[in-house]
Amino acid sequence: MASTMLSLASASASPSTSLALQNNRMTKLILGTSDHTTLWGTKKSNPFVKTKSRGQITMAVAVNVSRFEGIPMAPPDPILGVSEAFKADTDEMKLNLGVGAYRTEELQPYVLDVVKKAENLMLERGENKEYLPIEGLAAFNKVTADLLFGADNPVIQQQRVATVQGLSGTGSLRLAAALIERYFPGAKVIISSPTWGNHKNIFNDARVPWSEYRYYDPKTVGLDFDGMMSDIKEAPEGSFVLLHGCAHNPTGIDPTPEQWEKIADVIQEKNHIPFFDVAYQGFASGSLDADASSVRLFAARGMELLVAQSYSKNLGLYSERIGAINVLCSSADAAVRTKSQLKRLARPMYSNPPIHGARIVANVVGNPALFDEWKEEMEMMAGRIKSVRQKLFDSLTAKDKSGKDWSFILKQIGMFSFTGLNKAQSDNMTNRWHVYMTKDGRISLAGLSSAKCEYLADAIIDSFHNVK
Amino acid sequence: MHPQLPSHLAQGSATDRRLNSLLRHIDPSIASSSLSSMDSQISASPTSGFHGDSVFAHVVQAPEDSILGVTVAYNKDPSPIKLNLGVGAYRTEEGKPVVLNVVRRAEQLLVNDRSRVKEYLPIVGLADFNKLSAKLIFGADSPAIQENRVTTVQCLSGTGSLRVGAEFLGRHYHERTIYIPQPTWGNHPKIFNLGGLSVKYYRYYDPATWGLHFQGLLEDLGSAPSGAIVLLHACAHNPTGVDPTLEQWGQIRQLMRSKGLLPFFDSAYQANAQSVRMFVADGGECLVAQSYAKNMGLYGERVGALSIVCKNANVASRVESQLKLVIRPMFSNPPIHGASIVATILKDRNMYDEWTVELKAMADRIISMRHKLFEALCARGTPGDWSHIIKQIGMFTFTGLNSEQVAFMTKEYHIYMTSDGRISMAGLSSKTVPHLADAIHAAVTRVG
Repeated sequence: MASTMLSLASASASPSTSLALQNNRMTKLILGTSDHTTLWGTKKSNPFVKTKSRGQITMAVAVNVSRFEGIPMAPPDPILGVSEAFKADTDEMKLNLGVGAYRTEELQPYVLDVVKKAENLMLERGENKEYLPIEGLAAFNKVTADLLFGADNPVIQQQRVATVQGLSGTGSLRLAAALIERYFPGAKVIISSPTWGNHKNIFNDARVPWSEYRYYDPKTVGLDFDGMMSDIKEAPEGSFVLLHGCAHNPTGIDPTPEQWEKIADVIQEKNHIPFFDVAYQGFASGSLDADASSVRLFAARGMELLVAQSYSKNLGLYSERIGAINVLCSSADAAVRTKSQLKRLARPMYSNPPIHGARIVANVVGNPALFDEWKEEMEMMAGRIKSVRQKLFDSLTAKDKSGKDWSFILKQIGMFSFTGLNKAQSDNMTNRWHVYMTKDGRISLAGLSSAKCEYLADAIIDSFHNVK
Repeated sequence: MHPQLPSHLAQGSATDRRLNSLLRHIDPSIASSSLSSMDSQISASPTSGFHGDSVFAHVVQAPEDSILGVTVAYNKDPSPIKLNLGVGAYRTEEGKPVVLNVVRRAEQLLVNDRSRVKEYLPIVGLADFNKLSAKLIFGADSPAIQENRVTTVQCLSGTGSLRVGAEFLGRHYHERTIYIPQPTWGNHPKIFNLGGLSVKYYRYYDPATWGLHFQGLLEDLGSAPSGAIVLLHACAHNPTGVDPTLEQWGQIRQLMRSKGLLPFFDSAYQANAQSVRMFVADGGECLVAQSYAKNMGLYGERVGALSIVCKNANVASRVESQLKLVIRPMFSNPPIHGASIVATILKDRNMYDEWTVELKAMADRIISMRHKLFEALCARGTPGDWSHIIKQIGMFTFTGLNSEQVAFMTKEYHIYMTSDGRISMAGLSSKTVPHLADAIHAAVTRVG
């Protein structure tokens, strides 16, 4: 076992003795004027070290081993690793449909105009860089909860939402997971099959047990609703049910409003706790309110729930790491206490969150003119994605003579499309066509230009039909 | 109803069902017990909404963080003479927070650069920032860097760097105990515990001499198990301001290397530290958590880096790959803004020089506050030897005042500081020194 190897290695390494094998300069630096015998002389015989006498100084021919020698190379991240592979590819037809980062029609990254305006305002004001409170920027926390639930929602007026600024979606999910681990010991989180790859890692590292509920039906390339309902019912009472608020990642398949009602029913029946991951509010349909409707539906029933938010996509603030964890409780008192415990988990993780992204969001959402402008830019981004969906569907339908029904592409929503391609087929997409995507068959439409739709259609048709 | 049970259980509430369900998770054989008869009284109507009690009913109110809570209390105080000497954040002579001129310039350049985008950084962070940070702490000509034996990952300031390092060690290192100095920054034990390490203390501060308990330190580290991790404050020890001399560092290094103890440096104040370089020079391994919060005034931007110096490049590369597995499920990739500011400054000769000048000005102001406070106490004839105020290094002074004296100072003089007697000199000005001196004088003469 690695740890045993390491303990043997460190016993034999005896770093001070191994130094003697290095150059004299270092030896002089170490030994200085101190008594040599304390280092070299009375050795409390170390059975792991072979010794070789050299006159009066006994030196050990020790193995110059690292304490970390036994550590294996970790595999590259399956999602972020795609971009790295794409960068290394020199083919001119290459297409990066890996990470869900929005691209313009020219396939360039996009910084929203409202964001640039907000940053200029911030620069002009010359604000300081003092530590935020552990829970983050108050102005940000207020606007983010308002955005999610609606500013006039009773849950907001009744102060029943505990909001803590987090490091985008990942960091917010991680805080929630830490809260679950500490306050709901043994409680399980059930996650959709499939789901965003990092969900499992987050719960594993937070030591929260998880299992999957059926979600994606490969036969219909749609939602396995019966399977989903059945698995939610089967889960032990009081489980946390991880739901994608809108634009499910990786499939793009969302429940209908009627299905959401039934999901809420069964969750209430089993006293489960809904746990929403909202990474695409406004980005999925183009409407902030429409995309929050699933969360608001559950809130309207008086249910307690958790919501992790991210502004990576909808405000294009990817690298600023801005998001929030919201806990909707049944009382203001519970919200206050829960917030205090979230703070207690954040402090030994990073002390307090970064200001820059929080200020940008607070400025954009809190300023009516900028807010309206944002809504327009978001409609534009969501609109571009809808139009490439349409174009891809048209290209596939026109080129594919097999009669396969590609309409699932139009039914899916958001940045991603689950193509239904398996791993071998996805590999073919990359190896033969230089199309980079994740091995689960997910493509990011945000990285697709209308100019490349036909090329992509060719690649998909070839991979689907000619590779098993 | 069962009179012995607390009322919220007796009513068959959601709490009761939650307890029941938790019980079933732990031991499915506990089919009933006294709770189940409650169960049958409940009709769980699907659309009945919440049942009165919260699932968070058992979540208790956490106390405010002992350090950051000082500012919270300070903010609540309406007194016009209040003084915040809690958090280590630099203040000008006018008591205002400061953004360094060179930081403003760098930020201007960044915001005005139309070619800049906000794409995700790699998991390990901004490459330039990482390289420059390693050069800053280890020296540009460090053999460890040249031999590719150092892996550096961008993290969320000092706290984040320590946490990622702790999580990594908790998973991959055979010794899961870390020895930390007594006393140390209040957040250290929590970071290491949550990172999966257990914490032991080594003697550090000697209240009798207001200085380093060197003998105790050597004894305690000497009796640590081989391979144990040891937290070292690279310089300007927090909260005491007491640092080992160079000679003492040399002895600490020798002892640690002879016992195979793994150094984990916390470098929160100075840009570079001779202590760190001394350890790296002997070819051994160590971890270093760097923060730019204080030395560049980037507090709220959360900029820092974790470096792990390994025996060889192959190990360093494997270690880096494992650090990525710690980071990805914690925050995916780090924030770009602060790191970009740092990289902009460090890579430009003029801006770097400007930075060192502004840094020296801050350090000089703090030193002058030390002298002013010392003189003010001498002038008042405050009992005791206060020379430690001018001997201690860095942003903080460990006054030696006890918690009752601190509470007295807060109540009567509106002085806000941590209960261990630590004051942030950075929060003082020539105008406020007399008030503080009065408070200390009163505390020492009137309170046990």
